Amino acid sequence: MKTIKHDFPILDQTVNGQELLYFDSAATSQKPQYVIDSLVDYYQNNNANVHRGIYELSERATRQYEQARDKVQKFIHAQKREEVLFTRGTTESLNWLASTYGVENVKQGDEILISYMEHHSNIVPWQQLAQRVGAHLKYIALNDDGTLNIADVKRKITDKTKIVSITHASNVLGVINPIKTIAKIAHDYGAIMIADGAQSAPHMNIDVQDMDVDFFAFSGHKMLGPTGIGVLYGKHDILEKMQPAQFGGEMIELVDLQEATFQPSPWRFEAGTPNIAGAIALGAAIDYLTKIGMTEVEKYEQSLVADVLPKLKKISGITIYGPQNSEQHSGVIAFNLAGVHAHDLATALDQEGIEVRAGHHCAQPLMKYLNIAATVRISLYIYNTHEEIDRFIGVLEEIKEYFNREFA
Amino acid sequence: MSLHNLDNLYRQTIMAYAQHPHHYKPMLGTEGYHIQKYNPTCGDVIDLAFNMVDDRVTDIHFYGDGCAISKASASMMTDLVVGKNRDQMMQLVDQFSKMARGEASDVKSLGEAQVLAGVTKFPTRIKCATLAWHALDELLSVEK
Ligand SMILES: Cc1ncc(COP(=O)(O)O)c(C=O)c1O
Repeated sequence: MKTIKHDFPILDQTVNGQELLYFDSAATSQKPQYVIDSLVDYYQNNNANVHRGIYELSERATRQYEQARDKVQKFIHAQKREEVLFTRGTTESLNWLASTYGVENVKQGDEILISYMEHHSNIVPWQQLAQRVGAHLKYIALNDDGTLNIADVKRKITDKTKIVSITHASNVLGVINPIKTIAKIAHDYGAIMIADGAQSAPHMNIDVQDMDVDFFAFSGHKMLGPTGIGVLYGKHDILEKMQPAQFGGEMIELVDLQEATFQPSPWRFEAGTPNIAGAIALGAAIDYLTKIGMTEVEKYEQSLVADVLPKLKKISGITIYGPQNSEQHSGVIAFNLAGVHAHDLATALDQEGIEVRAGHHCAQPLMKYLNIAATVRISLYIYNTHEEIDRFIGVLEEIKEYFNREFA
Repeated sequence: MSLHNLDNLYRQTIMAYAQHPHHYKPMLGTEGYHIQKYNPTCGDVIDLAFNMVDDRVTDIHFYGDGCAISKASASMMTDLVVGKNRDQMMQLVDQFSKMARGEASDVKSLGEAQVLAGVTKFPTRIKCATLAWHALDELLSVEK
């Protein structure tokens, strides 16, 4: 893959006097000029409300907004465009599910099955639902290498399980979960399968039909798009029966004094003026990624992992969480350096212009499960380079020296 | 390399305190005053406890996993407040908070803890330095 770093204007700057090196794409990705331009173009040339104006501008905005839906449909290989709902992001997508599908289908004594590696946004909505209806929230265990224990899925699932919700890719362990396998098990027990795609959609080919998930949630901002836009994919049959989470304009058909009828999906789920610019720019991000090709994206990131992981492991005192071999590890790498707390290490890296995450990564149950308080995390994306990896490793070694030498 | 920037934050004294913290031991459960405080940005947890005898602090200790800054700060704080009364401690908490915010303060009264003034240049780390002090502040504001 040719170097595309120069497509991302933000990366051309210094931080603390050093060239910026951005290694926190799992938190949010940077945006290429192409996506930024699409936002500007929308507001400069096409801004109008969608689905209401009888005039040219509104027609244009509506067309672009709906084209974005088509792009998402192709990107995740959904069968129908109507299965793509725009939301604010993964968190909102999952909250919608818990408060609508969840409330309608999970009863007292039923079970919801998640795993120990979930992000808080795929835990707390289910906790709230479980508390509200008197259901049980159960957790699937992990293997020693951080991968999901599939045998434990089979142990924990029962006829009472109504929802299985698992992250497609971990935001800490660098693990990709076999969603298709888990979906099969869930369906055998009559449960629906939800996948949290926040960390997978940006990095790999997504085929919701092949995985046979009932719902799939992801965020635009982690895949080169703007903040405030995300997607909830849902199987048509289920969406048809599901109540909207919100009510108001855009989603109605006829409103009487005491009752109203609603639009068909997807529109009846998108109450109020949506994030039009965001959806269009997410479409642009998908164009950009598709032009490179998701297979190529995956391959390139894998080459970065194959480069950085062995180099990290060679530094004595480094502990890497999750799978130890690079073929099994995604571009999300959490680690600790013995004797230096994650926060101190992140501050030291920042002083060198290297931006990484430190802390619990919104996965406190996982941290507790692994019995660690905090880790450093680097997360790579298509604009990162092998040169950056070498610089990072060099700086890391110097920081280690610094803390050893100065304070031994 | 600009690693020397780090010297503003990680002074020798700070690292010494962090590596060999004073008054660092697990909670007994029998202390008169005990609080667990949480730093939501990093997930670090600190426990702080002491007894009051004749309005003077005794047996102060803290425990928990934390970064060098938070451990050193807690360590220095516990050194400083042993034997102090409620008002004196409130004064110190106030002075430390001011220093951490970069405001004028009576840094001399803070003893060793004044080396933590460097944290003002590292805004993301101010919470690490103030965690133990917030814990103390909260304990003191609960009337007993
Ligand atoms: C695995 C996972 N799920 C969900 C989310 C939440 O995404 P958002 O904050 O965009 O709603 C994240 C973001 O960090 C994530 O990594």
